Amino acid sequence: MSAATLTTAPRTRRNLLRDIRIVLVRELAPVARDPFSVLFGLVQPLVFLGLFGPLLAGSAGEALGGDVWLWFVPAVLAMTTLFGTSVTGSNLQLDISSGVHERMLVTPLSRSAQLVGRALKEMVPIVAQSVVVLLVMLPFGLRPDPLGAALTLAQLAVLGVGVGSLSYALALAVRKQEWMFWMVQQTVLFPVMLLSGMLLPLENGPAWMRAASAVNPLRYVVDSGRAAFAGDVASAAVGWGWLAALATAAVGLAVGVRSMLRSAD
Amino acid sequence: MIRTNALTKDFVVSRTRTVHAVRGISLDIQPGELVAVLGPNGAGKTTTLRMLTTLVPPTSGTATVAGYDVVADPARVRAAIGYVGQGGAGGASQVVRDELVAQGEIYGLDRRAARTRAGELLEALDLTEQADRKVDSLSGGQKRRLDVAVGLVHEPTLLFLDEPSTGLDPHNRANLWEHVLRMRTAAAEPRTIVLTTHYLDEADTFAERVVVVDHGQVIADDTADALKADLAGDLVSLRTPAADVTALAALAERAPGTRAVHAGPPGPDGGRAVEVRTADGPGAAPGLLRAADAAGLTVTRVDVARPTLDDVFLGLTGRSLRETAVQDADSPAASPTDPTTTKEVLA
Repeated sequence: MSAATLTTAPRTRRNLLRDIRIVLVRELAPVARDPFSVLFGLVQPLVFLGLFGPLLAGSAGEALGGDVWLWFVPAVLAMTTLFGTSVTGSNLQLDISSGVHERMLVTPLSRSAQLVGRALKEMVPIVAQSVVVLLVMLPFGLRPDPLGAALTLAQLAVLGVGVGSLSYALALAVRKQEWMFWMVQQTVLFPVMLLSGMLLPLENGPAWMRAASAVNPLRYVVDSGRAAFAGDVASAAVGWGWLAALATAAVGLAVGVRSMLRSAD
Repeated sequence: MIRTNALTKDFVVSRTRTVHAVRGISLDIQPGELVAVLGPNGAGKTTTLRMLTTLVPPTSGTATVAGYDVVADPARVRAAIGYVGQGGAGGASQVVRDELVAQGEIYGLDRRAARTRAGELLEALDLTEQADRKVDSLSGGQKRRLDVAVGLVHEPTLLFLDEPSTGLDPHNRANLWEHVLRMRTAAAEPRTIVLTTHYLDEADTFAERVVVVDHGQVIADDTADALKADLAGDLVSLRTPAADVTALAALAERAPGTRAVHAGPPGPDGGRAVEVRTADGPGAAPGLLRAADAAGLTVTRVDVARPTLDDVFLGLTGRSLRETAVQDADSPAASPTDPTTTKEVLA
């Protein structure tokens, strides 16, 4: 052991941003080394676009006002975000059962940073997958407003940070009964998805469904994406979408950090 | 380096059931000591270690580690100690070198210093060839060496190892120990090492001090040699024909230094071994033989066995550590008094 490396005394005051960066870089390293791993998350959106999109065009095309892709592609991007980030807690479950999480808890690394860094990492696959979906759909006639599409990706990235944080919080909450993770995730996922008006318009649903969807943040993000793709970048729908995405991120991070702070015992 | 006072930890399992995993452990460990905490699974070893490493807060009592209180100042404790847990430290999809670099950065090294340090540790722990491989492609022994490397990145003066060699084959265990002992003396001042184990031979061979824990309490604390001399003693077996067994046993009872005498099971020739627990076996054997000769008793064979730590544990608790160690999990749920676990041990 050379003494040359013993330069830095243990820090007691932590730089939170530096800690978040350390966690983020470490979490992204496997993705960066194997970029094709993000393609795995594309199977589901492409199936929906290929097998559900034509049905939608045939059965509800006129009700949607012309361009089915402008209506459906933003919803599929939101779906990809929801599915991809709601399962990310299982990565933390792996780290809990393997001992990696415990290793981190014994280091001076800030516990908040351990959650925030992991949550921020979710943005990368969301944006990468969305870009691929958009490129795939261009030859099929998708022509979104470029600024609207870019803003939608950013909004989904923010939403993903929130959903990802909640997924981590769930993994931490059920760390003593791992199977509970999937039960809760599936139980929440499908109602949230269907009550967002992602697959079929909610306007034709019963009043109680419309009422339920009013408290579903995902619904506002989906509506915002549709308005933005159509070029209504400055519309109220986009504003509500941002509010819903930011609120989800704020709540998610708060709940996630709280869970992380209590995750040792 | 470590001082605990009446440390306890209770886990509330349900409204009606609380497991007292640790029931008042007081320890004083000096800088440079190599201490093995030995005990069956469920004895409270891991829970004690988790309190000392700030992972769980004690229910009561105090603990000062590397000069700081584990409850009042966990951040300083974390900065000072190294920890190798029961699980693996390396993320399965991470590259070996990256994990060491990340760990160095966590402890405040800049990226360049962290890379240099990672290189040194890879070399020191024989992992240079595996440096650019993913963690999940490593063998069990290589993974464990990586765990130790991760725990040593910041040159801690105090290193905790929780069951470091569990699951490794004898060759890999020896290899890991070689590295741990070398890393201990490689530091400017000898590192303090505290490890838990349920391997008797490991505590016996490597530790300078053995703390025996059972049912959440320290039941013995000394060097392995002193424990064996004080609590078990040597075993002298005198083989004798059936007719002489009673007389020889009575004679052995009266011999100086004798602590206990048992008659072993009959052998194929009908003879039996009279087993004499005594403070100094090699010293007692000639006297026993002369006395037997003088009394006209026949001794056909003599064995002198040094005690093992299992004899110590047996002497302390009436149970054999080898049997109790069959239990799998060191989890608080596996209460030592739980009748179901006892049954499994007996089966």
